[in-house]
Amino acid sequence: MARLIEVADRMQIERLVLFMGAPFLIAPTPEQFREQNDQVLQAISHWHHRAFGFVYLNPEYEKESLQELDRCVKDGPMTGIKLWVAKRCDSASVDAIVRRAIELKAIIYQHTWLKTTGNLDGESTPADLHALASRHPEASIICGHTGGNWELGIRTIRDLPHVSVDLGGGDPTAGLVEMAVRELGASRVLYGSDVAGRSFASQLGKVTAAEITPEEKQMILGQNLRRLMSPILQAKGVRL
Amino acid sequence: MIIDVNVSLSRWPNRRLPLDETSKLAAALKQNGVSQAWAGTFDGLLHNDLAAANKWLVDQCRSVDEKLLLPIGAINLSLPAWEEDVRRCHELHGMKGVRLLPSYHDYTLEDPRFRQFLSLLAEKHMLLQIAVRLEDPRTQHRLLMTKDVDLKPLLTLLSDFPHLPVILLNAVSSSAVELHGQLAAAGKVYFDIATLEGLAGLERQIQSLPFERLLFGSHSPFFAFDSAKLKLQESELPAQSREQITYLNAVKILEELC
Repeated sequence: MARLIEVADRMQIERLVLFMGAPFLIAPTPEQFREQNDQVLQAISHWHHRAFGFVYLNPEYEKESLQELDRCVKDGPMTGIKLWVAKRCDSASVDAIVRRAIELKAIIYQHTWLKTTGNLDGESTPADLHALASRHPEASIICGHTGGNWELGIRTIRDLPHVSVDLGGGDPTAGLVEMAVRELGASRVLYGSDVAGRSFASQLGKVTAAEITPEEKQMILGQNLRRLMSPILQAKGVRL
Repeated sequence: MIIDVNVSLSRWPNRRLPLDETSKLAAALKQNGVSQAWAGTFDGLLHNDLAAANKWLVDQCRSVDEKLLLPIGAINLSLPAWEEDVRRCHELHGMKGVRLLPSYHDYTLEDPRFRQFLSLLAEKHMLLQIAVRLEDPRTQHRLLMTKDVDLKPLLTLLSDFPHLPVILLNAVSSSAVELHGQLAAAGKVYFDIATLEGLAGLERQIQSLPFERLLFGSHSPFFAFDSAKLKLQESELPAQSREQITYLNAVKILEELC
């Protein structure tokens, strides 16, 4: 964690949102996701002024996921949920998690990709996310990686104002940020690094080089996340 | 001072890019401290009349800033009489090097024509760029799907061309770390940083490749230029090594061609 903060400092990145531990587990058992969340809790324990944690869950285990959500968010310091590739998010089994997240004012980060080369069995597409988000207009949802194939991802979730996009996790392709801002508005666009799979630099460059206003860049680089997290931070008595 | 060895002009086949006008790209490069950019052309991907594409490239470079944009012609070894395109790049246009795009031209580096091509470049004292990938296969258009170039056949050829500079563009994101080290040891093989990733990626990269074989490349305008430049900020590097990557290694390649 200290190394992560050291490199973040070089890039003037003030705060990090962490989720998942090591090794990568695409379908963790309850015991495994608890262990991974413990890794994150440990990592942020001395860095509350620099880092937030999102709880990693597996919707295949609905009851255990809800218990873990309460352990880490309701009774712990975490502020959001990370859903990865264990189960496609249009599944009804995700609904209970989303409903509980709404009660806790927690943000939901759902990994999405629409791979030309083919998705994993449990990997959600932006269309899957659209189906889920349409059922829960009160939820605060992030479309992870803007769906990978971002021109399609942006179009897919465009009509859902409670869904934001995360810019991280793909190549630093020029034009992504401009399209996202044009189609969604800057308030729905979030900087994400996907470090350490990616680098702070390559993903930051997407925003700094984009042909948008300085004010829009500030929104993407921090103001939007601050706004999205305000309800749960206020509920927890945390002031930024 | 920066020499960017991985720039392309013209249009990406299925998307307009913010900097796909030559004058706009040139202005952005200058603004970012680039003193020279080695520019290929996206027309090389799918055009069959590469003589025209390369002539257009040269004209564009000259029209904007001859000192800024160094044209790197496209060669397609699957076309008839590709040798004539090499000759024109060298003799007619005075190019320092050419770029291969094997993924888009449907051949591998095992192809006998590739060895012939290396011999020709060595005779002419030109540098070679091989675009190992241009786009992540996961985001490619379904009708334009390509795979990364398999570099293993290159390893067995390098000993016959010890003085030929071979620059592998967009290669370092692949998992072939061991092969890259072998390639760097076997010949004058260089790698650009456009697709380098990971936390403080350059600090990690120099554990498997020497500074002398790393070059600054942005893959602009397909990639945001800042992404490459900010990598220099994310890693702590000795000043000398930073200068080698950003321009000294590239200068040396050009000097040794003469």
